[in-house]
Amino acid sequence: MIARRLDPVALLAAPALIYLFIVYAAPIIYLLGRSIYTDAGWAFGAYTSFFADDFNWKVIGNTLRIALLVTLLCLVIGYPVALALARAKGWSQVILLAAIILPLSVGVVVKAFAWQIVLRRDGVVSQLLVGLGIWDEPQRLLFTEAGLVIGAANVFLPFMILPIYSVIRQIDPRLSEAGATLGASPWYRFTRVSLPLTLPGIVAGMAFVLSMTVSMFVIPSLLIGDRFQTLATLTGRSFLLMRNEQLGSTTAVVLLVLAVGIVVGSSLLARRLGRNT
Amino acid sequence: MTPVERLSNAIVAVLATFAVIFLLTPLLVTIAVSFGSSTVFTLPPPSWSLRWYLALPSTSGLLSSLWTSIQIAALSTLLSLILGTLCAIALVRGQLPGREAITTFLVSPLMLPGLVVGIAMLQAFKAAGIDGAWTSLLMAHVVISMPYVVRTVLGAMSLFDFTLIDAARTLGYSYPKALIKVMVPALAPAFLTSGMFAFLASMDNYPISIFFTDAWTKTLPIQMLQYVEESPDPRIAAISAGLIVLAVIVLIIGDRLVGLKKLADF
Repeated sequence: MIARRLDPVALLAAPALIYLFIVYAAPIIYLLGRSIYTDAGWAFGAYTSFFADDFNWKVIGNTLRIALLVTLLCLVIGYPVALALARAKGWSQVILLAAIILPLSVGVVVKAFAWQIVLRRDGVVSQLLVGLGIWDEPQRLLFTEAGLVIGAANVFLPFMILPIYSVIRQIDPRLSEAGATLGASPWYRFTRVSLPLTLPGIVAGMAFVLSMTVSMFVIPSLLIGDRFQTLATLTGRSFLLMRNEQLGSTTAVVLLVLAVGIVVGSSLLARRLGRNT
Repeated sequence: MTPVERLSNAIVAVLATFAVIFLLTPLLVTIAVSFGSSTVFTLPPPSWSLRWYLALPSTSGLLSSLWTSIQIAALSTLLSLILGTLCAIALVRGQLPGREAITTFLVSPLMLPGLVVGIAMLQAFKAAGIDGAWTSLLMAHVVISMPYVVRTVLGAMSLFDFTLIDAARTLGYSYPKALIKVMVPALAPAFLTSGMFAFLASMDNYPISIFFTDAWTKTLPIQMLQYVEESPDPRIAAISAGLIVLAVIVLIIGDRLVGLKKLADF
């Protein structure tokens, strides 16, 4: 069947596909395979002992809690920005777009290091909160969960704004106007017309941010340190510091399943939403 | 406009202003610290100076890691552009089953945890007997830069009129020559933009690179994180400021070539 369809132009895809298969796909399949099939045969021992350990459940809990908090914070901050961006014209549009895209082009080490400075006891956030009278005295946010959530939300915020924005700008503004003509209040129009229409964007943005926050490694390493472990930092530590490849491979697979689950689950959800609207 | 609408617009505008400040905070703080004179990160700095920039050339390991990063980023971008463009032609023009699945596969390295991809590659390279840091880094970085190329070039190419290629062939060009003479200039903005972002992605990558560095071959982010852990001082801010300027330049060129709005497409 392939021979019948073989078309010289289609063959141009071969170099890239073969390369990615050998260097990228096959290694991941190998990692997955090695984690359940050893020289001695099928073995799930690594997983049973991993999930039997309370510490690992705490690590999984840490990972999910931080990821959910960051995603919610991004949604709360990002939604109004996406709205503003869709309405903005001229200079305000350029400034908004630049403020969203520029941080995307700057590496995560740079941004995480900057947040180390910002979240210190004498940092900008602390000075601001004391100046506003919210805090009585300077406090350190660095190496706390709150600091980690703020820093991570900052890094991943553009991935929440852009998918919502791309949905909002496709919505026909006349729909909301029609609602107004029919006597619907602004709040009713927002919750019954605009918000449901932007749901696919919200789902996509949440999926991006969730899957990236469960996998983040540099940000927690710099903003909260070793005492707080997530699946990704535990994976990194197992390989880079503890030289415990067995544990590292297990956590890597758990992390992979989690991240892929988020991406696949959200795209199924987005497809269902797309059918319904 | 009703008063309620005006109020809601005003609230949205205020929230967006705060968000812009929030988004730019790390970048502005980094630049401010890099021009400060103090060894600690006090803001605003007691006085301004260039001492951290002047200290950069003598910082051990910095220039060699920068050079490694540039080499790896440039070569991996070039390879991705070649492989990605050929693949995009096949996807747009060829009789290829499962087009959507192939596109998802090509872009998927962006969606998987970098750390996991790095570990998988590390184990596979080891099993295959590839142990050179430089070669491993290059092989891994092609996978990192490919999604950026495929996403942009594929989009631009599906808008390209391929009858121009047929016309060029009627006029006596061979197929490869027609592609180079007609398609490459037409798609130049897409090549440049995707190439720049692929270059930046490679320059900035940490979670995959960390598994392929050794004492002699380090990329810039790896070296920077090492400085942060060993001796954090505003020199790191000075390096960061350089990278921020690079990103600004890329953004300006990208805006001129395809427009900021297009860059924001998701």
